[in-house]
Amino acid sequence: MSTSIDFLLWVRGPGFDIALFIFVVGVLIRLLEVLILGRKADYSEPRGAELGAGLLTLVTRTAPEGGSFKRSPFTVVGGYIWHIGFLISLFLFVPHIELIDSVLGIRWPGIASNLVDAIAAVTIVTLVAMLFSRLTHPVKRFLSGPEDYLTWVVTFLPMLTGYLAYHRMIDPYPLVLGLHILSVELLMVLFPFTKLMHAFTFIIARWYNGAMAGRRGVQS
Amino acid sequence: MSEATLERGMNAFREQMNAPVASFFSSCVNCGMCAEACLFYTETDDPKYTPIHKLEPLRRVWEQEYTLWGRLKSMLGLSKPVTNELLEEWETLIYDGCTLCGRCSMVCPVGNDISYMIRRAREGFVAAGYAPEGIKGASRRAVTIGSPMGVKFPALAAQIKHVEADSGLTIPVDVEGADYMALLSSMEIMNFPEYLEALARIFKQAGVTWTISSEAFEATNSGIQIGSSDIARELVNRVVVAAEKLKVKYVISPECGHAYTAIRWEGPNLIGRPYDFKVVHILELLDELRSTGRLKTEGTEDDRLTFHDPCQIVRKGGVLEPPRNLLKLVATNFVDMNDSREMNWCCGGGGGVSANERAEELRIKAFKRKKTQLDELNVETLVTACANCRLIIEEGLEEYRMEMPVVGLTEMIAEHLVEDEK
Amino acid sequence: MADDLKKLSMTLGESLRQQGVSRRGFLKYCAATASMMALPPTMVPAIAQALEKAKRPSVIWLSFQECTGCTESLTRSHSPSVENLIFDHISLDYHHTLQVASGDAAEAAREAAMHENEGKYIVVVDGSIPLANPGYSAIAGISNLQMLEETVAGAAAVVAVGSCAAFGGLPHANPNPTGAVSVGEIVKDKPVVNVSGCPPIPTVITGVLAHFLTFGSLPELDALGRPMVFFGQSIHDRCYRRPFYDKGLFAETFDDEGARKGWCLFRLGCKGPMTYNACATAKWNQGTSWPVESGHGCLGCSEPDFWDAGGFYNALSIPDSDLTRKTGYVVGAGVALGAAAGALNRSTRAKAAAQHETVTIDDLDKKS
Repeated sequence: MSTSIDFLLWVRGPGFDIALFIFVVGVLIRLLEVLILGRKADYSEPRGAELGAGLLTLVTRTAPEGGSFKRSPFTVVGGYIWHIGFLISLFLFVPHIELIDSVLGIRWPGIASNLVDAIAAVTIVTLVAMLFSRLTHPVKRFLSGPEDYLTWVVTFLPMLTGYLAYHRMIDPYPLVLGLHILSVELLMVLFPFTKLMHAFTFIIARWYNGAMAGRRGVQS
Repeated sequence: MSEATLERGMNAFREQMNAPVASFFSSCVNCGMCAEACLFYTETDDPKYTPIHKLEPLRRVWEQEYTLWGRLKSMLGLSKPVTNELLEEWETLIYDGCTLCGRCSMVCPVGNDISYMIRRAREGFVAAGYAPEGIKGASRRAVTIGSPMGVKFPALAAQIKHVEADSGLTIPVDVEGADYMALLSSMEIMNFPEYLEALARIFKQAGVTWTISSEAFEATNSGIQIGSSDIARELVNRVVVAAEKLKVKYVISPECGHAYTAIRWEGPNLIGRPYDFKVVHILELLDELRSTGRLKTEGTEDDRLTFHDPCQIVRKGGVLEPPRNLLKLVATNFVDMNDSREMNWCCGGGGGVSANERAEELRIKAFKRKKTQLDELNVETLVTACANCRLIIEEGLEEYRMEMPVVGLTEMIAEHLVEDEK
Repeated sequence: MADDLKKLSMTLGESLRQQGVSRRGFLKYCAATASMMALPPTMVPAIAQALEKAKRPSVIWLSFQECTGCTESLTRSHSPSVENLIFDHISLDYHHTLQVASGDAAEAAREAAMHENEGKYIVVVDGSIPLANPGYSAIAGISNLQMLEETVAGAAAVVAVGSCAAFGGLPHANPNPTGAVSVGEIVKDKPVVNVSGCPPIPTVITGVLAHFLTFGSLPELDALGRPMVFFGQSIHDRCYRRPFYDKGLFAETFDDEGARKGWCLFRLGCKGPMTYNACATAKWNQGTSWPVESGHGCLGCSEPDFWDAGGFYNALSIPDSDLTRKTGYVVGAGVALGAAAGALNRSTRAKAAAQHETVTIDDLDKKS
């Protein structure tokens, strides 16, 4: 009569397996093909230590430099809101913690679901605003290609379907829950092949940036 | 003999790939914030000057040859190749529209060091034959004559004679066993000989033993600007050979931005070993003399003045406090610009742009950034520590009809030296 | 027989009075009916008036591939209850578990009821219908499919009681050996109400009948053909343990601290979030309790294919994955492939370095 349960069973069974496999293997390949390249030893006499400066930049680069904040406040504030909102929705929503626990065996306390709901709503609105900005800001529009819009879509869909599922806006429930899981699987599958990789590689990038500047005595 | 070809360029791009570059390309999300840090974008509002966009050719090589997914895509013919046409189009972005100032590298939220990649990308451009005529000419002169401006030692010898006659000081040449070997930029030799005199006076007062090498007096390195490590190596090597021959303990990099990057940071890596001597920037040395009480000054400058941080010395060289310590010694009314130290804006002429006649119009436009900074401060005098910045700023001020003396810091210190007590 | 016929022609009101139900008791019943159907109290007089005049409808109850649990659920109701009142006042003309007649007489009663109430009787079905082979389930030599088709032909409406009749239920569970289907998949030309549940809540069954008696029509249905008044909200949304879910307080086992404190049963596989039913409000056994209140998660029994929803003790949104138990292999594969990709990159660079031709000032130009 209804195949929504079959659909849900597929997405959380074989579908999840496929997505998880591609995600884990893909991310590892991407990280290793970066890291194994390495860099040559630097023979110049260092003015400062690389390690501390690199680690510091890893943290400090999270806060925007004052002048750039003034020049692109929307990108900075919007970027903050949706990244934080996305991470809260992903990691502090109780059912998600249950899922992570079942996959990785680690858990932490969540926050009230209705709070996550409000944050998710703000995140969704912000993501729409970010898309609008990408379509209208001369630089972002100029830089953007299909991949930029594709990654927006696969980031947006889990938020949207999650919101719809939480509020049961699509019937039957297994269908909307399945769509939510499927949208996350889409995100996981595309992750290693797109700029979404920055979620991992920014750590390497910031470290190199900070370390190389730190060697010259500048905290970047 | 041989010629520049696309294949050689591609090969050079491939050689430049390493973990930092790969991590940077992997991390870019096209947020566009680097554009706002680049004076070529802020002063033209043309998005093609967005720093990361200038790296498209190198990015393609990374994606197509250094990622598994990209290899697959290009095997299926889904990737846009790097062609002569692409390099020709990008040549103006990577040489005319970038001074390697590194300001973008300070603001990128994911931490991409974009100027580091531009420097590397130029290796491919030069090998493929896509470097501006002006910088090619400078490189040829640097290799064949010994200086990008065509200054040979006799010209320097003549300047030395002038300075010695004017000041009654001696300028030591080829003195073996001196502590310091001073390098000069040809810009200083030709346009700002005051620097040479300033050195002589300061070192005399401080009791520093120093020398100039007749074989390697030129500090600038066109190889760094054109982006060829092979040429840069040849030029750096001259300095290393001379310094080691004279057995000096230190080599002094003069008031020239990229010269400091060349000799201090890139040099050891170009020759593939650490030096037997240390490299100091003249401002570092002066600051050390100041802090040990060997630099005595009298009188003060009471003008409202500010300091232009040369990118390669401050942001990319780490010489942040010495210029300010020295300024406090002699200036009573020093103010920093709104963006200063490692966040100061470039004069617009670094990284080979000043040697590239084709880029002049763009450079003048980009200078509006410095003009705005100066307008905000309402200062009477501008001090800097790079002969190239100095010349570019003087040109810019003239272009925008601003009356303001531009002074070299070493020179300013020399003017306030306590006259010989001996 | 004459008595029976007389009873049949009586209105519900007359019948109730004959049984000694007072006017006051009747109104109380009407009020209870209204509140159960989520109607405003102002509707009570209208309901009373309608029920007073309503004729006792003929009901034919067909049981196919079922376990009799639905009938058990209904008959376990205690007296005096809304259920009983209704049951006393419909004419249940055929129900092979409850009726006295058997064999040919039983089938004759069904045919008589169909004939006498042509176009007006209600067919209630529990159990699914096997299509793979008619011989899998037959009554008096008549296959379920045949009996359903011929009984429904003259019916006013069909009520599919229980998840088997509504969605196929247990017989339909993977791999569905009998080719079981729901009533709705066969009956396309008559209104079908699905009263799902395994078993359904008795008040929900009688509520639907009361609605039909009162308004002469079927209640508003959801996308799965279930009455909105009973199936409009999820168990999860009505659950008294919901605050614990929102705070992330879960029982991990059936006898831990959390279980004793009445925390949320989500981690123990509760299907409350996907299940639409009235258990949390109507409760069972005369409002005594319901599964979650007694400490066990909801099985999701009123939802299609709940048997196949991945195990009663597995939380709904949690992947049912073999891979998570093989993480080591996956990571191993990733590292091996990554190392190979890294080695490939290094060799690309080494090859480029080997092919490096020194750039001199003589080859800064392109000749062609």
